[in-house]
Amino acid sequence: MPVVLDADRMARSLARIAHEILERNRGIEEVALVGIRTRGVPLARRLAKSIHDVSGHDVACGALDITLYRDDLSGNAPTAVGPQPVIRKTEIPFSIDGKLILLVDDVLYTGRTIRAALDALIDFGRPRAIQLIVLVDRGHRELPIKADYVGKNIPTSSAQVVQVHLNEIDGRDEVEVLP
Amino acid sequence: MKKDLLGIADLSPDDIYRVLETADAMREVGQRPIKKVPTLRGKTVVNLFYEPSTRTRTSFEIAEKRLSADTLNVAVAASSVLKGETLVDTAMNIEAMSPDMIVLRHASSGACHLLSRICKSRIINAGDGMHEHPTQALLDAFTIKEHKKDIAGLKIAIVGDLLHSRVLRSNALLLTKLGAELWVCGPPTLVPPGIECLGVRVTTSVEEAVQDADVIMMLRIQQERMQGAFFPSLREYFNVFGMTTERVKLAKPDVIIMHPGPMNRGVEIASEVADGPYSVILEQVANGVAVRMAVLYLLAGGVEDEAAA
Amino acid sequence: MKRLLKGGRLVDPASGRDGMFDVLIDGDRIARIGRDLPADGATVVEIPSGCVVCPGLIDMHVHLREPGQEHKETVATGTAAAVAGGFTAVACMPNTTPVNDNAGVTEYMLKKAAEANLARVYPIGAVSRGQKGEQLADIAELKRAGCVAITDDGRPVATAVLMRRALEYASMFDMPVIEHCEEQTLKGDGVAHEGFQASSLGLRGIPNEAESIMALRDISLSSLTGGAVHIAHMSARQTLAAVRYGKSNGARVTCEVTPHHFVLTDATLAAPIPYDTNAKMNPPLREAVDRDAMLDGLADGSIDVIATDHAPHAADEKQVEFDNAPFGITGLETAVSLCFDRLVHKGIVSLSRLIELLSVNPARILNVPGGSLAEGGAADVTILAPDLGVTVVAATMKSKSKNTPFDGWQLRGGVAATIVGGRVVYVNRDTALQA
Repeated sequence: MPVVLDADRMARSLARIAHEILERNRGIEEVALVGIRTRGVPLARRLAKSIHDVSGHDVACGALDITLYRDDLSGNAPTAVGPQPVIRKTEIPFSIDGKLILLVDDVLYTGRTIRAALDALIDFGRPRAIQLIVLVDRGHRELPIKADYVGKNIPTSSAQVVQVHLNEIDGRDEVEVLP
Repeated sequence: MKKDLLGIADLSPDDIYRVLETADAMREVGQRPIKKVPTLRGKTVVNLFYEPSTRTRTSFEIAEKRLSADTLNVAVAASSVLKGETLVDTAMNIEAMSPDMIVLRHASSGACHLLSRICKSRIINAGDGMHEHPTQALLDAFTIKEHKKDIAGLKIAIVGDLLHSRVLRSNALLLTKLGAELWVCGPPTLVPPGIECLGVRVTTSVEEAVQDADVIMMLRIQQERMQGAFFPSLREYFNVFGMTTERVKLAKPDVIIMHPGPMNRGVEIASEVADGPYSVILEQVANGVAVRMAVLYLLAGGVEDEAAA
Repeated sequence: MKRLLKGGRLVDPASGRDGMFDVLIDGDRIARIGRDLPADGATVVEIPSGCVVCPGLIDMHVHLREPGQEHKETVATGTAAAVAGGFTAVACMPNTTPVNDNAGVTEYMLKKAAEANLARVYPIGAVSRGQKGEQLADIAELKRAGCVAITDDGRPVATAVLMRRALEYASMFDMPVIEHCEEQTLKGDGVAHEGFQASSLGLRGIPNEAESIMALRDISLSSLTGGAVHIAHMSARQTLAAVRYGKSNGARVTCEVTPHHFVLTDATLAAPIPYDTNAKMNPPLREAVDRDAMLDGLADGSIDVIATDHAPHAADEKQVEFDNAPFGITGLETAVSLCFDRLVHKGIVSLSRLIELLSVNPARILNVPGGSLAEGGAADVTILAPDLGVTVVAATMKSKSKNTPFDGWQLRGGVAATIVGGRVVYVNRDTALQA
């Protein structure tokens, strides 16, 4: 059975993370969620809603596209004219100066996406601190990056593929590990 | 997309939409406090301009710098040409220093095709003779989409010196590819033979062209054309073809007026129209940077798999 | 020395012969033509089956570039290219540096031709001094020195009155005026045929009428004066119509077409190589309807001659922007194959008519020997291989310049050998012929 997280368990993990956020941060007003495109964005929104449901507080929510900051673009071989990754818009309609930014992504793997996200965020301003929320941590870090809030730890081999499906994008909530 | 951007002729509608979507995302970079992303860091882009240009060259330069590329401007003075160095020799000399991209503007149609055959660098056409000016057409399309959402089905009128205009050719190709109903208008002496084969309607009546138009695009009229007996005088040209407030009234109430610049006020366009409420001419210029950033990014090559990280 | 060309099919329209005939060559003359001739001490050259023995081909429009532009071609390399293309004689144009408007340059060209000792060279002199279109050149002197016609090719004769005088004066010497028909103000700074292709590529156009208007002028003047005018490198259907009109009214007008004008169209500007400068020549490649009109004219006899307008240019001269590239392509080494592949094998002209176009008529128009195989006549013989598979390879051509759009083309038909004045000056190693 490749499904390692079904809809019910996903919802409970996210609810637990929302409570952890509230528990660790007394001044929830100075916290903002930034989802990393693509699937980090609906996750961030769900967390913002959960936090609102529990505390009544509206947490600011933004979307970050890290394509322009990736370290694997612009292949050096002159013949590598592959199509470029598609860029979607970054929307951070608030100032991040002085805030605690909670980056949200679906899967934490090598850590390179998070590195790119950190670079991008720094260009937007100077947050007080940045923490990382991921739904799934699958191991195999290539950079010294760790998640502060984890939905589920799922050890995998590098040959396996972790696929996250979210209702907002894929029509169902499910995480699969495929060989 | 291919190795080079030589013209709209080589782009599919999908390619065009790709550029426009990417430009939308790129525009956001220009609205940040730090207007820079590291995407083309370490890449060298040479702006090789054989024709003088302020607008296009600075637009490309800003776009390149916003993507963190290293920019080199080579403005070839007429004297270099007089000294006899051929385009091919100049390009080979530049190639020897391994630039990643060359942005070329040249007075001869086909100059970019020539370079593309002999250079390994990516070639971006910034205007070759009377042939194409693809980034202009792309930013024009971007501007139209901003106001009209969809290009398909729009009635678009292009008025002016059609014969000598590379902006016309690129726009005609692009707008017909995206399904617009394109009308081109000018004196018969300035209509390129066979232009209707591109799928455009040709008329010598500017009133017919702008009737119920959604978009009106004016092209520059050059003084030199009077020497070639293309039309008798600028005054007569303005009377018959100039875009005046009265003529604009024939178009749809939400028409937009465009011009690739630089404008000849009182020749192809009346000042009140150029500065009027329907004019989006300055927006075109602003959009140029985002569109050129998109083109530079898409041509830089890279990996296929979006989910690699 | 004696040479016997044995076992070949002889096609000689001038005498009406078409059949298996042997040709006995003695020294520089044809001694005998007959069936099953005995060798009698002659070297026997077995003509491979399928090959055709015909009068030496004559290209009456060639630019040999010497004196003055030897980086493009010389008389030596040009005549080597000619014989490799099956031509025993060429008529060369006067737009050299200096222009061939005097005996000195004419004699120089003939001297170079004698040194090369390959194809015969018939110089064509200038109509006007320096080809400037102002004063007539010393035409009698040119004739005496060896010129066979006059032209200001590269340009038209500048004014109607000068063309009238040239026709009147040249008729005294029985020389035709060869005319490059082009109304200069209509041509303007055009570089390609005025039509959809040029429009979409952003190239300035030259309309058909730039050629046909001038042709009508010259045909009218030919009628007025009784002088002979030969329309060079015809490209437009309107020009052909003018020629037909002139001929039907009894004017002394003849015309030629190049292989590229009955094979290619302006589509070559865009593909396979966009802005290929080897698709740039003057007059330009026209539309399909003009190309097809040329084929009709070849078929129905309205067109008198096929001539190449062989215009060699050095590689770096052609590797520039289309606007700046010089006009012209080579033609000597591709003509015969194109004629076979696109005319004879397509049933547009018969083999006999092809030989009229390439030999009989040029000889008649220029009033030079040749165009027939006759006992006692000069032994200028071309041995054709109508079914030889040929791949055009520009790099190995004998011409110094390689500016041809036909590189890589696979054609059916070629040249087996070329004999000038009894000497075998070219043998194609890809055929079975040994000489």
